[in-house]
Amino acid sequence: MALDKPYKGIPGTTIFDAEQARKGYHLNQFCMSLMKAENRARFKANERAYLDEWPMSEEQKQAVLARDLNRCIELGGNIYFLAKIGATDGRSFQFMAASMTGMTQEEYAKMMLQGGRVPGSPVRDPGEKR
Amino acid sequence: MASITASVYTSHVPAIGAALDLGKSGDDYWKPLFAGYEPSKAWFKDNTPDVIFLVYNDHATAFSLDLIPTFAIGCAAEYKPADEGWGSRPVPVVKGHSELASHIAQSVIQDDFDLTIVNRMDVDHGLTVPLSLVCGQVAEWPCPVIPFAVNVVQYPVPSGRRCFNLGRAIRKAISLYDEPLKVQIWGTGGMSHQLQGPRAGLINREWDNRFLDRLIAEPDKLADVPHLEYVQQAGSEGIELVMWLIARGAMSDKPPRVAHRFYHVPASNTAVGHLILENSQ
Repeated sequence: MALDKPYKGIPGTTIFDAEQARKGYHLNQFCMSLMKAENRARFKANERAYLDEWPMSEEQKQAVLARDLNRCIELGGNIYFLAKIGATDGRSFQFMAASMTGMTQEEYAKMMLQGGRVPGSPVRDPGEKR
Repeated sequence: MASITASVYTSHVPAIGAALDLGKSGDDYWKPLFAGYEPSKAWFKDNTPDVIFLVYNDHATAFSLDLIPTFAIGCAAEYKPADEGWGSRPVPVVKGHSELASHIAQSVIQDDFDLTIVNRMDVDHGLTVPLSLVCGQVAEWPCPVIPFAVNVVQYPVPSGRRCFNLGRAIRKAISLYDEPLKVQIWGTGGMSHQLQGPRAGLINREWDNRFLDRLIAEPDKLADVPHLEYVQQAGSEGIELVMWLIARGAMSDKPPRVAHRFYHVPASNTAVGHLILENSQ
């Protein structure tokens, strides 16, 4: 008997469940390390070398280097952890959110001011062109 | 005997803290939001409790993926505002209430809720933003605070029903405390928001307001709403709203008095909801 995971079918949404958390443990703990200023400095100085200190998959490292947050999430990342990469880059959370929707930051900010994404409206995955 | 006098519900968006800390609360973007909390600040001045029991969630700050407690009660003497990656918020250290917290832990665990006891942790915006919104920008917080952290980061989070029943167990525990303390219980997080994936930016004004209506009038039925509905209707991070049911379950079974209600979109990526409910004496 498999566990029931009814949340799998929600468009444009990945629920960070036990399965995702297991896949993303090292990716998320890498993000967590960016809470410390000295680690942020080392990461910025040589991203690849810093990532190689973590037992992450090559796909996870490439997704971080590309700042492809949707791909990071697919590979087990959680947004509260991934947000620490954006903070390290000096990016606002809205910049990060917009990057996952295929909108520019301006378009995204305008949508929020107009009341946010309307429930049930079409969701465009910017990664489809990948 | 100690008793719960009122409950306060509010979203806890980090950008709200940043707006306050950077002196932007008078900006056009933020003005309507902070205006909605002016009545709350006045109410709080007239109704300052002896202790606040503050239900919130940690956002990958004190708890990484190394340790994920479903329910964690702070029993420490004090808690420092956390550095969440951009420096600590310039707000006072949060003083705890070890005696009441330990008493609640003992009672609630004996009622079959397996709390994790925390004697050392930093507190993030989930706890300090609600305090700033309702207590204002102060040199010292007006009373001790018991932090109560709920896992809403890794699924499955506790169900609405379990949260509501936990609130009832907390109410009982507080009623069995000898000192005649006035306690407020705060439920924070929400309302609709989704911070991740192509559906980021979701806001559901209608669902949020229905949630507020039902939280006031029929919380016991609201507790039956399944996780899936929160995620579908209020976004993946809207699931934080289960924490409001802990505070509501701690209130008396009699209908509460609505002291204040406010709703605003947006604060950054999030719909902001706010309620103050008083127990009838």
